[in-house]
Amino acid sequence: MGRAKIARKSTIVDMTAMCDVAFLLLSFFILTTKPKPSEAVPISTPTSVAPKFVPDKNIVIISLDKDGKVYLSLGDDADDRQKKQAMLQDVNQRNNLGLSSGEIATLTAQPFIGVPLAQLKQQAHLPVDQINSKVLQGIPTQDTTNNQMIEWIRAAVNAYQGGHMDLVLKGDNVAKYPVFKNILTAFKKNDQFKFQMVTNQANVPQGTDLYKLNMSGKAEQM
Amino acid sequence: MAEMDTSGGGHKKKGPGVKKGKKLSTRVDLTPMVDLGFLLITFFVFTTTITRATAMHLALPDDKVKPEDQNKIKQSGALTILLGKDNNVFYYEGELAPDGSNFKASNFKDIRDEIIRKKQQADTNLVVVIKPNDESTYKNFIDILDEMSINVVKRYAVVDISPVEDKYVRLTEGEPAPQTDAATTPAAGAK
Repeated sequence: MGRAKIARKSTIVDMTAMCDVAFLLLSFFILTTKPKPSEAVPISTPTSVAPKFVPDKNIVIISLDKDGKVYLSLGDDADDRQKKQAMLQDVNQRNNLGLSSGEIATLTAQPFIGVPLAQLKQQAHLPVDQINSKVLQGIPTQDTTNNQMIEWIRAAVNAYQGGHMDLVLKGDNVAKYPVFKNILTAFKKNDQFKFQMVTNQANVPQGTDLYKLNMSGKAEQM
Repeated sequence: MAEMDTSGGGHKKKGPGVKKGKKLSTRVDLTPMVDLGFLLITFFVFTTTITRATAMHLALPDDKVKPEDQNKIKQSGALTILLGKDNNVFYYEGELAPDGSNFKASNFKDIRDEIIRKKQQADTNLVVVIKPNDESTYKNFIDILDEMSINVVKRYAVVDISPVEDKYVRLTEGEPAPQTDAATTPAAGAK
């Protein structure tokens, strides 16, 4: 009979190429992922429709956690570290805290400042794993006579003089309004009238004025 | 010399007593490795937070500006929103009536309709005055500012709550009117 003979082909495929691709992608994702910043102070931010992103450098971050404690930190940039050191030296001098240069260097390396001025020396001797919201009591802002945030913002303004500085306020959902107001007072006392508040991105609800504005393509930067 | 003998062999005759070593294939089945690779990729893709934090910009007024230089709010276009505890929202239009008759309770869902209604009614005169009391949270404050940008309200102001308004808020929330709290609101000027 003249039936054509179908050649039996092996079903085994060479996986080498696919393996290469998989691991290439894997290394790409691992390398491009930024590790989440240390969560020593957990803060869950509210959501907003604000379209702009938080800048990465030249920022002074004021964190406000759920218990109303206030912390201060700066960007991760080398430049920001230098500024932080300058700030600490400035605060040290003006308030006669008696910090050694070694202690200032330690404080600069720590992720944030979260103690009253008088206790900065103690914070400088804390191990890094103890720098969290349970141990630190926060920068006092409670009453108008002892709002130490004013001093810190003043130092920040001095350190960033001549350059650009963004004040970033990162508040927790359940933080009470009065603490927030005290921080605003500290901003105002230093003539800093513009600041940003960290939020999570949310979609603009359909049918609202902003939604229509965005759809019409005439969206302006608010 | 240095290279391995990978040819099939056969032409080289070995002695009769020498056994020929069995040739093993150098091919490895890479399927499990590919599986693992893609599993890890999926893991990293899902655990990576794609959303970057956004920033809401806010400009504060300068307190040093003299009262006579400040803008007066037209009462016809004023909508005052008060924030209380437990996400309560209250509002009144224009000036607060002495008996509190125009003081209304609302919530974060309904306040948008109220803002939209007032916006259509007052048109360019619209000014929203936001007054959070001491019990309100940071989230409430952000939410109401967000409401301003959602409804494209161009003019709004954040003002300290006055003792009278605070009393109404607390009364509506079912709390006795505070005696001490009104005194601790330092910047709140009496009406």
